Amino acid sequence: MATLRLEQLQVQILKPFNVKVTSEIVCLSGASGSGKSLILRAIADLIEHEGEAYLDEKKCSEINPVLWRKWVGLLPAESAWWHDQVGDHFQPVKDDYLDKLNLPAGSLDWEVSRCSTGEKQRLAIARLLQLKPKALLLDEPTASLDAESVKRVETVIKNYVDEFNVPVIWVSHDNEQIKRLAHRVFKIQNNEIKEVKV
Amino acid sequence: MNVISLSPIDLTMAALLVVALAFISFILKLGLTNRIIIAAIRTVLQLLLIGLVLKALFAHVSLLWVSALSVLMLLIAGREVMARQQRRFGGVWGYGLGTLSMFVSSFALTVYALIVIVGTDPWYTPQYAIPLLGMMLGNTMTGVALALDKLTTTAWQQRAIIEARLILGQDWRTAIADITRDSVRIGMIPMINAMAAAGLVSLPGMMTGQILSGTDPVEAVKYQILIMFLITAGTGFSAILATWIGARHLFDDRQRLRLERLS
Repeated sequence: MATLRLEQLQVQILKPFNVKVTSEIVCLSGASGSGKSLILRAIADLIEHEGEAYLDEKKCSEINPVLWRKWVGLLPAESAWWHDQVGDHFQPVKDDYLDKLNLPAGSLDWEVSRCSTGEKQRLAIARLLQLKPKALLLDEPTASLDAESVKRVETVIKNYVDEFNVPVIWVSHDNEQIKRLAHRVFKIQNNEIKEVKV
Repeated sequence: MNVISLSPIDLTMAALLVVALAFISFILKLGLTNRIIIAAIRTVLQLLLIGLVLKALFAHVSLLWVSALSVLMLLIAGREVMARQQRRFGGVWGYGLGTLSMFVSSFALTVYALIVIVGTDPWYTPQYAIPLLGMMLGNTMTGVALALDKLTTTAWQQRAIIEARLILGQDWRTAIADITRDSVRIGMIPMINAMAAAGLVSLPGMMTGQILSGTDPVEAVKYQILIMFLITAGTGFSAILATWIGARHLFDDRQRLRLERLS
């Protein structure tokens, strides 16, 4: 079972905090601009921060950043694509995440510019899961999806947690979704991160 | 063949053309009138000054003075490179990056050309050293400025893509590889085009100058070929070096994209 531990983590104006996430989904909520995305970016070591993140007691600052980022899979709120074709962004290995996310096998041949926002988001989730991260940091992964796709993504992530015992930090504004998914909930208020009741 | 000396009146007649251009630019509201006039005045003053400096240098061949003028030319070229970038590195990097790249490649290639190819004695004979270095710096300056400008503006625009690539486990080199490749290409293409068009579309300035001053055209062509090769190599090496160092400096030791290093 993988464990993600944040020790005295501090980003910009947020107060330092400690959190330990095991094989569970921890939801993070808070007003827009409160720093939710910053926390995920700090854990992925994309921005400067104080404090330390550990994955299975391996210290982020002592691990090669390329390897660390593969371990803690971050899904940004908006997906980015740099090749013309969808398939060029994927590893040439077989997995069934596309199917689980209701994307046809032929979607790898699609042109990125012709994909809808929702399709791009589901493709981005499949692209991330394919790398088999040991933890998931999801920044509003279902914000641009229709109700059916939201359910599908939630199921896929829950199954991933069950199958690989990974810790998940899921940023969400949607209280109903938080109730459906969260084992624990943290909220950012007045620059402070506190655990609240589900 | 005797050189026909140009009188101040001859130059004034040429200047009238620039004045006419400035006037038309004013009528058309291009907003370039002042810049045309100031640039023209700068050309006259700067060239007159360098003419006097070269005259003095040629009269007293000294490594110290040749080096001093070379360093001055390099520093001015470094400043030009910095000024031509929309988003440049802050602090000493803004100035140092282009200057260092030009120093490494332009100086090294000029010294190589003087010692190994032309074989002047002494190798720093100013009549050869200064014009060669001037042409090298003038062209590498453009190449480095274009390459760095492309690098920094594209990195700024494509921040989300670079970070997405880092997130998916790419190292900094791979995450920015497309941008560095494009930047080097942009820096090198003007020189490659100039080589391809030389003699067909355009008669390069140095060769034209030599022919006007009475040199045998075949000799002038040989020097022009030498210069074109040196400039192309110099521009290419400087653009590659500046882009590589610049790209590395866009990331910190934890391979985080640090766009705040750009001003």
